[in-house]
Amino acid sequence: MKPAPFDYVRPGTLEEALQALAGHPEAKILAGGQSLVPLLSMRLAAPAVLVDINDLPDLDHVRADADGVRIGALARHAEVLKDAEVARVQPLVPLALANVAHPTIRNRGTTVGSLVHADAAAEMPMVLRLLDGSVDVAGPGGRRTIPAAELYVGPLESSLHHDEIAVEAFFPALGAGSGVAFEEIARRHGDYAMCGVAAVVTVEGDRVVSAKAGYLSVSDIPAVVDLTEALDGSVDATALAAAAAAALEELDPETDIHATADYRAHLATVLTARVVTAAYDDARTRAGGSR
Amino acid sequence: MSEKQHEIRLRINGTEHDVAVPARRLLSDALRHDLGLTGTHVGCEHGVCGACTVLVDGEPMRSCLMFAVSAAGHDVTTVEGLARPDGELGPVQQAFRECHGLQCGFCTPGFLTTITAGIAENPEPTEDEARDMIAGNLCRCTGYQNIVKAVCRAAELARDDRASEDGAA
Ligand SMILES: Cc1cc2nc3c(=O)[nH]c(=O)nc-3n(C[C@H](O)[C@H](O)[C@H](O)COP(=O)(O)OP(=O)(O)OC[C@H]3O[C@@H](n4cnc5c(N)ncnc54)[C@H](O)[C@@H]3O)c2cc1C
Ligand code: FES
Ligand code: FES
Repeated sequence: MKPAPFDYVRPGTLEEALQALAGHPEAKILAGGQSLVPLLSMRLAAPAVLVDINDLPDLDHVRADADGVRIGALARHAEVLKDAEVARVQPLVPLALANVAHPTIRNRGTTVGSLVHADAAAEMPMVLRLLDGSVDVAGPGGRRTIPAAELYVGPLESSLHHDEIAVEAFFPALGAGSGVAFEEIARRHGDYAMCGVAAVVTVEGDRVVSAKAGYLSVSDIPAVVDLTEALDGSVDATALAAAAAAALEELDPETDIHATADYRAHLATVLTARVVTAAYDDARTRAGGSR
Repeated sequence: MSEKQHEIRLRINGTEHDVAVPARRLLSDALRHDLGLTGTHVGCEHGVCGACTVLVDGEPMRSCLMFAVSAAGHDVTTVEGLARPDGELGPVQQAFRECHGLQCGFCTPGFLTTITAGIAENPEPTEDEARDMIAGNLCRCTGYQNIVKAVCRAAELARDDRASEDGAA
């Protein structure tokens, strides 16, 4: 099928873009189009106006410093993925991005677009939640920062207002003594995963002092579970089993055409043990390397 | 019909085309219907199959996920632009012929564009890297083995090309 008719504007400044949105309650922003165009072609969405933000200046930056990584609204997944400084400051970002779609989709799709599209099956919203990042948005009343914990409110629903444009995402740097890992199970590499888990583990010596895991495709919004208490300092088999059980207690795996709830629970259990172990090893390696 | 038409200039394979299209015209449809460049194929029309892949400023992108109005001002290369200036097959096309990388040919334009950019970025792909390069393109005929071979062969032909250019210069 083809998209329904719409008016198209491609403003050259942020102010004009905000005005275009303010003027049309049924306007939608077009960034990379890798999620929106399929929705339009299938007529799951039929906005009256598309505001193409691809000509807005100064929004394609990818910057990394001691605080973390800042990604502009027009930075494509592929640009972020190949940035060596990003990988150094927050290695979980490229670990996850390598699982976002195929290279061809990553050449056009934006990371910020993916964050605000708020798909619970997508990698980056979960990573933003897990790392306690944030998204900066511009609106008619100025700018505000939305912490990841307040960004995801429902399936494919973010807390952005209709007349706001996300301008930049912030992923905090990896802390001292911490390590990360990411793994997902998809039918084919590049497909949306049936279940994916990321972990951040912080160690002192060989003891775990904090551990958190993020889950994608398990609940209808990206979910994060604190596993510190369940692990009780260790990553032996008993601790990992306790962590997976604790995670499942907080998650509510759902059945859809891709996988049953039981199968998702099984994947979450297996992946929790794997990524917590891998993040622990990563933390130990990094601590060793910097000594 | 009162749908607004946008007058745009598209640069396809180095040639400029002035067309009037509604905003909702997909780049894939503009290529095929407005410009008659039917080498670009359309399979799924939602980004999954890769048949419609073209190069935008040298990078592979799905033409079914772009509007023609958004492509204005960019350099688009379609499969029609992959032949050598003298009309002979380009290295990727040649490799597909030698390695039997196609059967029905429906998926082929998308593979050819994707691999053209892929071997420019990675001139010596291993077999694993070749698989990774084409992971976003579906083929219902070949079983991929010969396409993987064609990627490696295309890289070889492109290296030979460069070596003889360097020799001539
Ligand atoms: C075949 C295929 C496979 C894919 N697989 C995956 C996958 O495995 N994992 C994954 O995470 N994603 C996947 N994607 C989606 C891809 O990552 C998209 O790039 C991304 O979800 C959206 O980014 P975009 O720039 O294309 O946004 P668009 O499609 O342009 O927009 C998406 C939505 O966000 C809004 N929006 C975009 N930018 C802004 C902004 N700056 N401010 C406010 N609102 C904005 C739009 O209005 C729209 O509602 C896949 C896509 C395809 C076609
Ligand atoms: S037709 Fe564009 S990806 Fe299938
Ligand atoms: S050759 Fe027939 S689909 Fe690939």
